Amino acid sequence: MTQRNRLDTGGRIDRGTPLGFKFNGQHYQGFAGDTLASALLANGVDVIGRSFKYSRPRGIVAASAEEPNAVFQLGATEATQVPNVRATQQELFDGLVSQPTSGWPGLKIDFMGVVGSLLGRMLPPGFYYKTFMFPQAAWDTYEKYIRKAAGLGRSPRKPDVDTYDHLNHHTDVLIVGAGPTGLSAALSAARAGARVILADEQAEMGGSLLDCTDKLDDKPAAEWVRGTLQELAGYDNVLLLPRATVNGYHDHNFLTIHERRTDHCADHAPTNLSRQRLHRVRARWVVLATGAHERPLVYGHNDLPGCMLASAVSTYINRYAVVPGRKLVLMTTNDNAYRTAFDWQDAGREVVAIVDTRAYATGAWQAEAERRGLKILKGMAVIEARGRQRVTGAVVAGLTSDGNRVTGDRQILNCDTLASSGGWSPVVHLSCHTGSRPVWDDDAIGFLPGKTVQQQLVAGAVNGRYSLSDCLTDGASIGAEAATKAGFPAKPATVPFVRTRPEIGAMALFCVPHPKPNSRAPKQFVDFQTDVTAAAIELATREGFESIEHIKRYTAMGFGTDQGKLGNINGMAVAAKSLNQTIPETGTTIFRPNYTPVTFGAIAGRHCNDLFDPIRYSAMHEWHVRNGARFEDVGQWKRPWYFPKADETMQQALNRECLATRESVGILDASTLGKIDIQGKDAREFLGRIYTNAWAKLPVGKCRYGLMCKEDGMVFDDGVTSCMGENHFVMTTTTGGAAGVLEWLELYHQTEWPELDVYMNTVTDHWATMTLAGPNARKLLAELTDDIDLDRDRFRFMDWRQGTVAGVPARVFRISFTGELSYEINVQANYGLHVWETLFDHGAKYKLTPYGTETMHILRAEKGFIIAGQDTDGSVHPYDLGMSWAVKEDKPFSFIGKRGMKREDCVRANRKQLVGIKTKDPSVVLPEGAQAVDNPDHPLPVPMLGHITSSYYSACLGRSIALGVIKGGHNRMGDTVHYPLADGRIVEAEICNTIFLDPEGERQNV
Amino acid sequence: MFYLFCPYCGEHREEEEFHPRGQAHLSRPEDPDGCTDEEWGDFIYFRTNPRGLHHEIWVHAVGCRKFFNVTRDTQSYEILETYRMGSAPRITDLNDKQQSREVQA
Amino acid sequence: MSEAVNAAVNEPIRVAVMEQLPKANVTARSPLAHSTRVVPGTIQETAGVYLWEEALRTHLAIRGNAGSADFSRGVEAATGLALPDRLQCSQSGDWSLSWIAPDEWLLIGPGKEAYAMELSLRAQLDGHYAVINLSGGQTLLRLAGPKARLVLMKSCPYDMHDRNFPVGKVVTTVLAKSQATVHRIGDEEWALVVRRSFADYVWRWLMDAGKEYDLGPRRPE
Ligand SMILES: [Zn+2]
Repeated sequence: MTQRNRLDTGGRIDRGTPLGFKFNGQHYQGFAGDTLASALLANGVDVIGRSFKYSRPRGIVAASAEEPNAVFQLGATEATQVPNVRATQQELFDGLVSQPTSGWPGLKIDFMGVVGSLLGRMLPPGFYYKTFMFPQAAWDTYEKYIRKAAGLGRSPRKPDVDTYDHLNHHTDVLIVGAGPTGLSAALSAARAGARVILADEQAEMGGSLLDCTDKLDDKPAAEWVRGTLQELAGYDNVLLLPRATVNGYHDHNFLTIHERRTDHCADHAPTNLSRQRLHRVRARWVVLATGAHERPLVYGHNDLPGCMLASAVSTYINRYAVVPGRKLVLMTTNDNAYRTAFDWQDAGREVVAIVDTRAYATGAWQAEAERRGLKILKGMAVIEARGRQRVTGAVVAGLTSDGNRVTGDRQILNCDTLASSGGWSPVVHLSCHTGSRPVWDDDAIGFLPGKTVQQQLVAGAVNGRYSLSDCLTDGASIGAEAATKAGFPAKPATVPFVRTRPEIGAMALFCVPHPKPNSRAPKQFVDFQTDVTAAAIELATREGFESIEHIKRYTAMGFGTDQGKLGNINGMAVAAKSLNQTIPETGTTIFRPNYTPVTFGAIAGRHCNDLFDPIRYSAMHEWHVRNGARFEDVGQWKRPWYFPKADETMQQALNRECLATRESVGILDASTLGKIDIQGKDAREFLGRIYTNAWAKLPVGKCRYGLMCKEDGMVFDDGVTSCMGENHFVMTTTTGGAAGVLEWLELYHQTEWPELDVYMNTVTDHWATMTLAGPNARKLLAELTDDIDLDRDRFRFMDWRQGTVAGVPARVFRISFTGELSYEINVQANYGLHVWETLFDHGAKYKLTPYGTETMHILRAEKGFIIAGQDTDGSVHPYDLGMSWAVKEDKPFSFIGKRGMKREDCVRANRKQLVGIKTKDPSVVLPEGAQAVDNPDHPLPVPMLGHITSSYYSACLGRSIALGVIKGGHNRMGDTVHYPLADGRIVEAEICNTIFLDPEGERQNV
Repeated sequence: MFYLFCPYCGEHREEEEFHPRGQAHLSRPEDPDGCTDEEWGDFIYFRTNPRGLHHEIWVHAVGCRKFFNVTRDTQSYEILETYRMGSAPRITDLNDKQQSREVQA
Repeated sequence: MSEAVNAAVNEPIRVAVMEQLPKANVTARSPLAHSTRVVPGTIQETAGVYLWEEALRTHLAIRGNAGSADFSRGVEAATGLALPDRLQCSQSGDWSLSWIAPDEWLLIGPGKEAYAMELSLRAQLDGHYAVINLSGGQTLLRLAGPKARLVLMKSCPYDMHDRNFPVGKVVTTVLAKSQATVHRIGDEEWALVVRRSFADYVWRWLMDAGKEYDLGPRRPE
């Protein structure tokens, strides 16, 4: 393939480095320095996609982020697919593979095209609401095809081979955009010594200066850019971030920058280098130097390939040495776009005419055009483009001076390129992200950033100062202001002198009128990506939509991945006119993050796969792995769930673990339980206030179980707290509740009772905790300690002792969550594995059996012990649980929860109360969550009594057991209730006591 | 993502380090048992939800673990001041905010 | 140790303090013992950052009233270190004392001396204070090298720049989805205190974040 539109000289491309690439299955060649878009234009590829609704051929319109059509799927392999890449922002590399995402199934023969004319009529504005939202089921079918046809791209079906990361920054001044404004702002701020980040979405910094033919200090603009960047790179307080789009502006000057680190190098990133990086920046001051996007004019068939933005044409010529056609017609409302005609002419191609919508256009630019022998048609406009796959001509007619009507005769100009300029739309997106509404400015003929509470300044074109010399001066002074405000007194940098021609006023024109009403005129596209026409917007207003936000949603204008960067202002102008309002009266929609699409990879960064979330391990974890544990996630902890042997099923393993513990001895890694060290003379008083039971008299060396409630009286955590000394307690909490409980204790201490002398620290990780449980627990422990008296009467249930276990200093607590004789051994975690392994060295003769969380759950349920968060859900108080023994009502201080559980609603007789549930058929294990009813034949709705909270098969009892809540359940012992299940079965069950095994508690006292 | 000044650490820190704990300056009634159901219900359930000035408790959870107060404009998300437990806000009216932006301990 | 047991039970003691290290020859396993085994000679010559664990050190949390002269005198008498100001660290020899909160400090020192130091602190202090042995509950990571700061910037939202984080400063902040107490001990040297149960996650995170700089899982020579 030849690059037939490539110039022999000029541009910022390297003709010595040819690069091969693929688009839509075809091979092409471009040069280093090209974007995918410039390379396609160089090769004369006109049609790069088909439109969403009408399946019309579309070409490249723009040269940067605002491009609505050339949005591609990239990737040579399934794992490297990237959707929604704008060809205008994708640098070319050798071997690049791209596909159009619109125009499925092909650009030439097109399924949607066949149906297009039919469907087109079926797709008026409001189409989604009217047609597809109901019935829901049909939507699923349609959606697939609409997504395919709509240019939305697709996600890869294989895991991404690349890595992504985040980098956090803090800076004094963040400057967004490295065009003339941003560069001079950076100079001012950097020279003052402020920490500066300068981010720009393009590969090369310089913005419009890179394709500008104006001279700065009588030298090429690119020379000034080079010098400026050189100076900036020399400051260690400056960070230059090219290929980095500032895509979101969030609260308190927090901005995210999406940097494409290796997307320009190859299909995937080199080993160990992240492909993309999300910079998370906290800036003291932000300078928005985001510039402006040129606004196309709206006219009939303005979507034909060959219709382009005037400035984009100049960019392709000057920066990429690509002239995207032979014969140009330029339509403009302003002087600025005359450059495009000059550039085209200088590239040796034919300028058919400059169509200037202003009858009054007589100034320096017109004089220069005349000097160059160019034809200017003043007070005229292109009302319609002609052509099928590409522009072949432009229909031109006279225009009234207000731009509202077409006058006079029409003439047809032969051309293959139709550039238009309707002026500039400041890139206010980031300012909008902060919640600020842009304000219309008549002079700028555009919306400017509105008031904001952020520490934000705006400079240059985004603030309506479009001329190059204004941008340079404004940038320099705003850069200095930002640095000064950030604490670095700065003077504006001196800026180069720009030699240029004076401009005369532009005309506010958006949609070029057509002799026919818009509804019958050739389609005049406002938003290319979502195929919204001027007629559609008018229809929306006729159907009664008056708010611009509603019009947007009804027509889908601005809903594409380009967020309507090109079309929104034109759409608002069409709506305003149709509503007989001014544009400021109509108002504008605002933009939300992200400015351009961001890959999920960049958002996730390193937080994926094994690093998605912390995985917490106990000190004995290695042993569990070695011994085949299946793990359960409990919060962030990996806890052994059960330890299956060879070919055991889970239930078989559980049965074995339960029986071994009840019959001999089992061991549980209980290290994950929260442990809080409480010291201070008021520790005891503090406990009395936050627990429901009594702590005043608990002697040193003893442990006590406690329930913790919130002020509403509902249980939220529980655990055993031990008295280590008069001023010293160690509290245990549930595994999942540990951090929350400590924060809760601190909240009360710091906000309500600062006068209490207590210090609380987490010691969860400091102690490795292993629970020996079962009739042989004492015998086994006795083999490993010679300094703890294990005598049943001297080391009693709910005592703790200090001593040595397996040679390691330990605290041993005789507490039990299984109802068995049980010792909880705590050693410093660095010795946990040693003690655990030593227990096993001695445990073989007692068939010491490791058990996991599931067996723990079964064993405790057999004893009717609750698990806070499983048997409670924030609506259950201690009396509901039948745990009045754990509430000491006559404590002098009104402990947390006391008043709450006395409220009228809390003392109702028919509250849901925790009871035991035995199915009539002992082999049936009820699902947790099953709802109880008295009479399953009751007509709907059936009154519900309460649900199952815990349910297991108990090998020890040879039957299923369950805990659950039942309305008024404590007074319904022996009653029969029914559990209708989702599969249609109705399970009959009996209400019983929560304690299924050893009701007298003899086993733990042996 | 807020940027909050911890009055105990004496620095601005990222929101990730903090947890919000709701409305500030609510104190537990001296005599809970003497409260009517309605009074107790007001204390535990009822909170203001103002558009504009709001005093809130935050905790520097990943940091010094201290609770402190924040005066925040719920509409603009501006943090107008942060102050230690036990002290009173300086800003109690949005009109004050010009005089006293971000009071720091 | 049976005396100690009986003492704990029968005498009105205020706080339970114990020697937690075994007298017998028992192998201690640091939180990262499983990941830090490095074959000698595998170190990358080009490493821009090094990561290693300073395992099994003494970690004591000290709580008290910074405003009380008795308290700061007592801490200094026991440790030889002045109570550091907000976000600062005092260091002397093998011991360092870091500010954690207005009423909390972290004392790190030689691994075998936790018990003796706790006793000595308790002997010097009076009134409302606390000493909590955390030696098993956390560990010390060291990050060093010209790229160490970049690895931290990938991991922590805190401002790691020289102007905000000079040598000597200590900050507890978010590290990935966990947390760390980060101490800058030299131009290119950092110490990170992390909780035991999170240590493996933090280690894997830092190793991954450092790949770009050929992170070497060992101290530089
Ligand atoms: Zn703090």
